[in-house]
Amino acid sequence: MTLASLTRDWEPMAYGFLDASAKREIRRKTLKAISVPGCQMPYASREVPMARGWGTGGLQVSCTLINPTTRIKVIDQGADDSVNAASIRRFLARVSGAPTTTDTLEADLIQSRHRIPEERLREDQVLVLQVPNPEPLRPVQPNMSIARQMHADADYGRMWLQLYEQIVRAGRVMQGASYPSLVNGRFVMTPSPIPRWDVPKLHMAKHLTLLSAGREKRLHAVPPFTKVEPLVFDDVPYKVEEHAHLMCHRSGLKGFFMNEIPQADGTSIHEVSDSDLGVKAIHRTEGAPVEIGATWYENGEMGQ
Amino acid sequence: MTVQQMDAPRLITTRPLLIAQGVSKSYGSVKALQDVSATVYPGEVLGIVGESGSGKSTFLRSLNLEETPDSGSYTLDLPDVQGNLFDLDRFARRMLCATKIGIVYQNPHLGLLMKHSSSGNVAERLLVAGERRFAVLREKAREALDASEFPLSRMDAPPVELSGGMQQRVQLAKAIALEPALLLLDEPTTGLDVSVQALVLDTLKRLQQERKITMVIVSHDLGVIRTLADRVMVMKGGRVVEAGLADQVFQDPQHAYTQQLVHAKL
Repeated sequence: MTLASLTRDWEPMAYGFLDASAKREIRRKTLKAISVPGCQMPYASREVPMARGWGTGGLQVSCTLINPTTRIKVIDQGADDSVNAASIRRFLARVSGAPTTTDTLEADLIQSRHRIPEERLREDQVLVLQVPNPEPLRPVQPNMSIARQMHADADYGRMWLQLYEQIVRAGRVMQGASYPSLVNGRFVMTPSPIPRWDVPKLHMAKHLTLLSAGREKRLHAVPPFTKVEPLVFDDVPYKVEEHAHLMCHRSGLKGFFMNEIPQADGTSIHEVSDSDLGVKAIHRTEGAPVEIGATWYENGEMGQ
Repeated sequence: MTVQQMDAPRLITTRPLLIAQGVSKSYGSVKALQDVSATVYPGEVLGIVGESGSGKSTFLRSLNLEETPDSGSYTLDLPDVQGNLFDLDRFARRMLCATKIGIVYQNPHLGLLMKHSSSGNVAERLLVAGERRFAVLREKAREALDASEFPLSRMDAPPVELSGGMQQRVQLAKAIALEPALLLLDEPTTGLDVSVQALVLDTLKRLQQERKITMVIVSHDLGVIRTLADRVMVMKGGRVVEAGLADQVFQDPQHAYTQQLVHAKL
């Protein structure tokens, strides 16, 4: 008799890594978050095999939503092939047996760090955004108890004060990412550090967006067809990054959000940030039968 | 024409803007306010004097709805403002204070965001009231700072970089930006040197004369109250010991404590 013969064969402790209790907690809070768009819902969090702050919020939501037929796509700053994205994608596939993909059109569940794909998402797709700091009021109100009261009262005057200060000091709004946005005319949320370019993609989008913060253990949601309006002054319009004229040096794509690659001679070249879109464009140029879906931006302009 | 033949002058009465009645507040066993009542008419300046711990600041904070007294009532005769204001919920209090009541604290840290620009501090009050046009915010902040005799060349400097007198002017500009029905001043010149005190008092006096702002000013400095107030309320141990017209109280004090205050000299 050996120890091995006395014990059962090893098996994962639960499908999708998280135990049933943890999944139930996140599902309940997800439903609440969807019911009250933009409102942060605290949740009891399990430990996951990653350091907090590396996507644990998004990972827990993904582990909760996943099933064996869910096609998973994981992107990190637009790229499918970064170490962080590849690790999370491999982990999700390993604990669920779900297939993975890098194609936005094929994916059912997209976990993303700080970007929304350039191709429009559909009603049947879910976008999970990793959020480092879910509290938009933190820069103006460090006391979280008072911040909660401010949310309850819709007391968001100081958010505009922050924008006022930026315009006074720099002549323009300097908020690059995490641009505070009003959801469904009620709650101001931080849309995670997605660039300004991506915020309009959330407005009246067909897909469900879930935003989850692992360190803070809070999640909020933008349900399909919900208004998401960046905070702006009536006479200072919202502006996205001026990337419309930039061209991807690899794929030749133009009119999308680009990564800048500085060169030794002081100049810069650009590369489309959504790596899947870039790869598809290259394959199409090479003659492969590749489907590129409708994009949010057309010729650098946000479409309807 | 005899006296009887002349038309009798029409008597026009004005309703008080502010009526506080029987306001009492205890902190544990300490009775901070005991049955304090006050009436202020539109355009009038009520001065509240008393030693430290007499309850004058607690009463002022109650008028700014920062405190909820144990008993008493507080009404303001304003459109859309009804009933005992102490009964309002937190949200209604905030909206009322944001739009109808301005306050200048003794300590600028209580009233200002020290690292935001001075104009931003003024703009914050307009933002809370719902103004969302940058150009209008800028212009109204400029006007309010100018009315407070704040140098406009420094309107975007943060209060943390300003002198005490300047900080009080920013607070004043913030308080008057929305042209409040009631302006509360809690020791606005305490801690300032005499020359700066005089400048701040001049500004307050001019604003009161030009805009007819109803003010309640709290100070332990009789000189400040004498300069600004039409009527005076003397407090001691949480109670009002004497009240009357400023000249009357200062020239002919009746209560022993008031006599002591008026005649006190270093």
